[in-house]
Amino acid sequence: MTTTTSSADYKKLRRVFVWELPVRVYHWLNALAIVVLCATGYLIGNPPALMSQSEASFRYLFGTIRFLHFAAAYIFFFNFLFRLYWGFVGNKYASWKNFIPTNKEFFQEMWEVLKIDILLKKEREHMSVGHNALAGFIYFLTFIAFLVQCVTGFGLYAAMSTWWFAELFVWVADWVGGDFTLRNIHHVAMWFFIVFAIIHVYLVFYHDYVEGRGEISSMGGGWKFIEEEAFEKQREGVDAYTNTD
Amino acid sequence: MAPVSTKRPTYYEELRGKGYTRRDFMKFCTMMAAYLGLEASGTAQIAKMLMKTPRVPVIWLHFQECTCCSESFIRSSHPIVADIILDKLSLDYTETLMAASGHQAEEAMHQTMKDHYGEYILCVEGSVPTAEGGVYCCIGGKTAEQILQETAAGAKAIICWGSCASNGCVQAAKPNPTSATPIHKLVKGKPIIKVPGCPPIGEVMAGVLVHIITFGTLPELDRVGRPKAFYSKRVHDSCYRRPFYDAGLFVESFDDENAKKGYCLYKVGCKGPMTYNACGIMRWNSGVSYPIQSGHGCFGCSEENFWDNGPIYRQQASFPGFGIESSADKIGMAAAGATAAGIIGHAIATNIQKKKLIANVIREGKESEKEL
Repeated sequence: MTTTTSSADYKKLRRVFVWELPVRVYHWLNALAIVVLCATGYLIGNPPALMSQSEASFRYLFGTIRFLHFAAAYIFFFNFLFRLYWGFVGNKYASWKNFIPTNKEFFQEMWEVLKIDILLKKEREHMSVGHNALAGFIYFLTFIAFLVQCVTGFGLYAAMSTWWFAELFVWVADWVGGDFTLRNIHHVAMWFFIVFAIIHVYLVFYHDYVEGRGEISSMGGGWKFIEEEAFEKQREGVDAYTNTD
Repeated sequence: MAPVSTKRPTYYEELRGKGYTRRDFMKFCTMMAAYLGLEASGTAQIAKMLMKTPRVPVIWLHFQECTCCSESFIRSSHPIVADIILDKLSLDYTETLMAASGHQAEEAMHQTMKDHYGEYILCVEGSVPTAEGGVYCCIGGKTAEQILQETAAGAKAIICWGSCASNGCVQAAKPNPTSATPIHKLVKGKPIIKVPGCPPIGEVMAGVLVHIITFGTLPELDRVGRPKAFYSKRVHDSCYRRPFYDAGLFVESFDDENAKKGYCLYKVGCKGPMTYNACGIMRWNSGVSYPIQSGHGCFGCSEENFWDNGPIYRQQASFPGFGIESSADKIGMAAAGATAAGIIGHAIATNIQKKKLIANVIREGKESEKEL
């Protein structure tokens, strides 16, 4: 293992600009909003036990928690709308085509990624530059979860709001059969976000560790570093997968 | 001054005949105007209409129910409510309160249906079982559904009293063995007013009837067909304990210090935040109290499927398919735990399966470090 290798054996890495600034801003705003929404949402469902000697009228803790939830919800929603828009005007890695399977190759790549990264079947890595197909498809599912959470959330909020925008959602409660059901859907969906976040963070570390291409920092500067040979193959449009051994 | 006797006496004449003074009558009109949320001139409008309108014929049917709606109704705070509606509104047929029985009663109902075709108000208390051809509720040899369809045909409007008629209530809870069905799913093409609650508040019931008599139209209804005057706000929004909710002060159990202090009942399952009703404003039994004031959370009796959305003493519903004690949070925590365990397993497997790959990256990195 410790045989000296000449520097010629080393892979030459090539810098690729993957995540544009709006995508990065979207990502971190979204992350912040989701953390605030899950934390405050959980507290709204299960408030902590507090004892207080002061008058209730001097305190507004739960009101503040709810305010943060609603404020974060608005940020989350409009940020989400912006991302949908950017899926049509952004670069190729931001395009909606990364998320919705439209051809056979998409499914083939999903299966390939599943074998390589999840089932760890082959000792090699997957060489996609932006989202791999499986990740893209899972993000598509998260967008559906975003939609569910926005619609149910604003549906619950509609009764407390006088703004016409929130009132656009008054039909939701009746549609699902009342505020009870609506609230339960909204609560259950929160756990999707929590489980997603756990897996998402783990896989980012996984890719960074196994591939060493700057996966984690890509959401900071927007750069990823890919091997020269992978770059050539991608450009030729041959095979997106390559054996690195 | 004795009331003038006509063929069909007006409400006012009926009341005077019964011994009420004009003062009593005006008090009643004022109270009703207030309940209906009318402006000051509304009192005069109600008084005028009750003085010149002959009685509106009413047929009041009882199907799958417990009669709590009728019980609530006859306990409305003003005695005229019971008198005007029960004696004087001309309840031509109601199983609970009519004097007649058997063929006589059926005869009275058919007479009303014939004489006032297209004019009478049909009040329905209870849901209609449709399973097994409707055998679970038969009256006078007919199924509830037959009776409903026959009477609904000539009705001017239908009032669904209570949760049974509005959304099926407890007998429609899973597994709903009799296929208890609310009225709006069986009758089409008729104006239907839902007055949900188990039971609805007596004054609300009276208010709905007085509105129809006074204005000759149905009260303004919300998206699901409930009168807006009474069902547009959540119990939570008119709750006198709301400051405790906003302050984050909650009753943890029914015997704790917080319960004695009158803190918010949210954590012991109060469904006020999801329930649309007027309990917090009108209260019950002549405005004496209502569940939250008595120290018990609202359990959402006027909401659809409230029974299946239990448990009553917990905020979250049981997660379907995981037993009665399960909640979304318990299942969620289990899922998050399983995910974390899966990740640890995957991380270990990665280091074994991709040993060579990882070793190469590490070697490359370390050698570069040494060379510098």
